[in-house]
Amino acid sequence: MTVAVIRFGGSNCDRDTVQALTSMGIDAELVWHEDGLPEDATGVVIPGGFSYGDYLRAGAMAARSPIMTEVRDAAETGTPVLGICNGAQIGCESALTPGAFTTNESARFQCEHVHLRVENADTPWTERYEEGEVVEFPIAHGEGRFEIGDDELDELEADDRILFKYCDAEGTVTPEANPNGSKHSVAGVLGDDDTVAVLMPHPERVSLADIGPTDGQGVLRAFEA
Amino acid sequence: MTAYTATVEVRLKTGVLDPEAETTQRALERLGFELSDLRSADHFEVDLDAESADDARERADEMAERLLANPTIHDYEVSVEER
Repeated sequence: MTVAVIRFGGSNCDRDTVQALTSMGIDAELVWHEDGLPEDATGVVIPGGFSYGDYLRAGAMAARSPIMTEVRDAAETGTPVLGICNGAQIGCESALTPGAFTTNESARFQCEHVHLRVENADTPWTERYEEGEVVEFPIAHGEGRFEIGDDELDELEADDRILFKYCDAEGTVTPEANPNGSKHSVAGVLGDDDTVAVLMPHPERVSLADIGPTDGQGVLRAFEA
Repeated sequence: MTAYTATVEVRLKTGVLDPEAETTQRALERLGFELSDLRSADHFEVDLDAESADDARERADEMAERLLANPTIHDYEVSVEER
């Protein structure tokens, strides 16, 4: 009953994620990608960082590493998979989730707190929140702008596969509250079903009660047995 | 087998924002250059041995499909020359 937090060369939120999960009573362990996915993994987190130095495109190399085939197989049998930040870029690059996360509109690396509105509270990743609830997570990325074809985006909206949108403190989605130019202010999406989720903001960085707010715990509680 | 160089040009699809190109354009304008637009692209040169130019092109095409380009945001072009 262990959540596997996959470490690639260049991952740097792997230990934070394990600490956040274990502090919540969820068993988690680091897994070096070359060692493969443990057979008893009950969940998978692809953590943030700069796997393979963001060569070619953020997440492009890790997405094509052998362990991702195992992650895909695990997801197909219902094992929950969460990609955070670089993990979200890897999720999209490996087509586990739709769209792409690419260069911020500002062309800069942005490290700041943002407000997110819960768009769909009927998923394992968001069921601890209310639909329309506003939460505050940090972002830390240079390539977090969600891009996708207009038709595909309309489908995502229609199918309720958008988990979070960037918004202001009151929960209004505005261009000013969109930190990176993401289409429709999308911050996190589901894969083909709700087994796989990715988001650019960092729930694991707002999950330790000892150091501040715990808005992010709701996402991580999807891994509770 | 013949030695070829396959060139793969990967560029953003029309309409996809390119913040790095916009920043580069602004920097050129600050240097006093006059320009109406600037687009950037990634350029890969792949040396390979193949039975024919078509074979070389097909393999480079698959490289672009599977790694060099991200079909969500990119278009790409492949050209092949004997080396």
